[in-house]
Amino acid sequence: MTIRKTTAMIAAITMLTVGACAKKAPDTLPPAPDGSGTDTGTGTGNGVVPGSQEDFLASVGAMGDRIFFDLDQYNVDAQDQATLQTQAQWLARYPAVRVTLEGHADERGTRDYNIALGERRANAAKNYLASLGVDPNRIQVISYGKERPAALGSTEEAWAQNRRAVTVVIGS
Amino acid sequence: MTPLTLRLALLASALGAVSALPAAAQTPPATTTEAPRTAEVVAEVSTERTIIAVPALATPAVTTVAGLRTDSLGRQIAEVIAADLERSGLYAPLGPGSVRAISMAEVRAPNFADWQARNADNVVHGFVQTNSTGGLVVGCYLYDTALGTELVRQGFEIQPGDWRRAAHKCADAIYSRLSGESPFFDSRVAYIAESGPKGNRIKRLAIMDSDGGNHRFITNGQALAISPRFSPDYKKIVYVSYLNNRVRVFIYDIASGSQKLVTESGNATFAPRWSPDGRQILYSMAVGGNTDIYRISADGGTPVRLTSTPGIDVGGSFSPDGKKIVFESDRSGSQQIYTMNIDGSNQQRISFGGGRYATPEWSPRGDLIAFTRMGGGEFRVGVMTPSGGGVRMLTNSWQDEAPTWSPNGRVIQFFRTSPGREGKSQLWQVDLTGVNLRRLPTPQDGSDPSWGPILP
Repeated sequence: MTIRKTTAMIAAITMLTVGACAKKAPDTLPPAPDGSGTDTGTGTGNGVVPGSQEDFLASVGAMGDRIFFDLDQYNVDAQDQATLQTQAQWLARYPAVRVTLEGHADERGTRDYNIALGERRANAAKNYLASLGVDPNRIQVISYGKERPAALGSTEEAWAQNRRAVTVVIGS
Repeated sequence: MTPLTLRLALLASALGAVSALPAAAQTPPATTTEAPRTAEVVAEVSTERTIIAVPALATPAVTTVAGLRTDSLGRQIAEVIAADLERSGLYAPLGPGSVRAISMAEVRAPNFADWQARNADNVVHGFVQTNSTGGLVVGCYLYDTALGTELVRQGFEIQPGDWRRAAHKCADAIYSRLSGESPFFDSRVAYIAESGPKGNRIKRLAIMDSDGGNHRFITNGQALAISPRFSPDYKKIVYVSYLNNRVRVFIYDIASGSQKLVTESGNATFAPRWSPDGRQILYSMAVGGNTDIYRISADGGTPVRLTSTPGIDVGGSFSPDGKKIVFESDRSGSQQIYTMNIDGSNQQRISFGGGRYATPEWSPRGDLIAFTRMGGGEFRVGVMTPSGGGVRMLTNSWQDEAPTWSPNGRVIQFFRTSPGREGKSQLWQVDLTGVNLRRLPTPQDGSDPSWGPILP
């Protein structure tokens, strides 16, 4: 349990740095009222369609599309809040864009329970985004339980990466 | 010899976990970590399994129907019978590969001295012939070699394509006569066939006979499929599909190949189960992140919500009399097993040992509930009584999950997952002694087995 906690912390710290990087990059101001194609967009300039999944990832940073959870937990902690705030800023720029929030669990749970747990996690993320002003009708939730691990090992580190809620842009 | 052996085998079942045996004869594959517990009883039972000779079935005249020759069928049917008996763990069959063939005349008049000379306690004889309507007639006889008596005599008229069923029915008759248990070989299994990399597994609904024969893929793998359950009449399968990136319970009709939603809802529905009479379906639904259990008519209509705690209530399995439901809930802070009446009243926790308990499945005999227990870094399959007593663990591995019962409540199938990047899931089965553990052959990897009743 202690070990688990530590790894989770490490994961969280890693995320913090990633999150922080992502935060430095952005802050061109909200343009396009309906997100449909002003090409002054996020300033990457190399063919990335503003409001797209690619644009989202460029804006929030490599791991800024996801938050992580402790074993069997689904609470959104301070670190997760920072990540979701960054996402909410991007979503505010493209109010017509819809997203899916994917909830996931690690492989060390039974299948049906993990689907329920993934639902809890995705909904926790959705609710926090909603509290930041993102219209909940723009957010669709799906739980993959343990069906789609991001890290394939069977280690505490891998499991910490797999207990996640990931925001994915599905278009407008 | 026979009665003695039988008594020992039954004793072993009754003793359960206490008498778990390593059984050298069955050589489980290398991943097995089942530890021998009491060595003493082991040797006795495993060396004294009833020896049953199963020579190739005779044929009065070699004829061909639907491309099948009756003499080859005679051998294949004997092989299936021998494999069934072997898999039960109670018998040591001598199949057609190791004993001489018999003549048609011997079917009704066995040469008992010959079979005693092979140390066979029993011998199976039979015949295969075609009938006037393009079908097959299969005769199945069981004899006691020491007493020279006939114990079983059965005949089956079948379509040629159903020859495996004749073999399973013959094996069932033999198993029932010798063990006193209800039959279970002539039954089918729905499961999920798995392939592809761990991060993006292709999962297809598939069905097969209880021994892996007559395998058929149902879905093509484009949408993730999980947690199938055969309807009691085998006409339908209820399962979860990720079709159109949603999590929903569908009822798939095997004859027509069409499927329909079990209920229209914007919410995720999953973990479906049939009632024993096939008229109702349990499912779990997540609303705003909170999962509860619902019951609905298999024909649709208004669902009845059965649980309403803030925790996750999920899964569920009817008692064979249809009056109670066993399910899992984390309302206490961790996954545990509860029972309730089918209207949701009288919810009571029944699992109290250490660890987390999940995936409860009520035995078709009603006497036990099988479950997955998580603790100490392992997932193990075990059984307990419906009031939560008599917990016995039957398997011991890194991750054994999701038990499903044989029609007679004596054998449990489950899936075993190996750890690591190349980790895979495969189907296994174990009997109630915990001794007779073996992998089920499937064309690909497998998970989520669901064993149906004896075929109608």
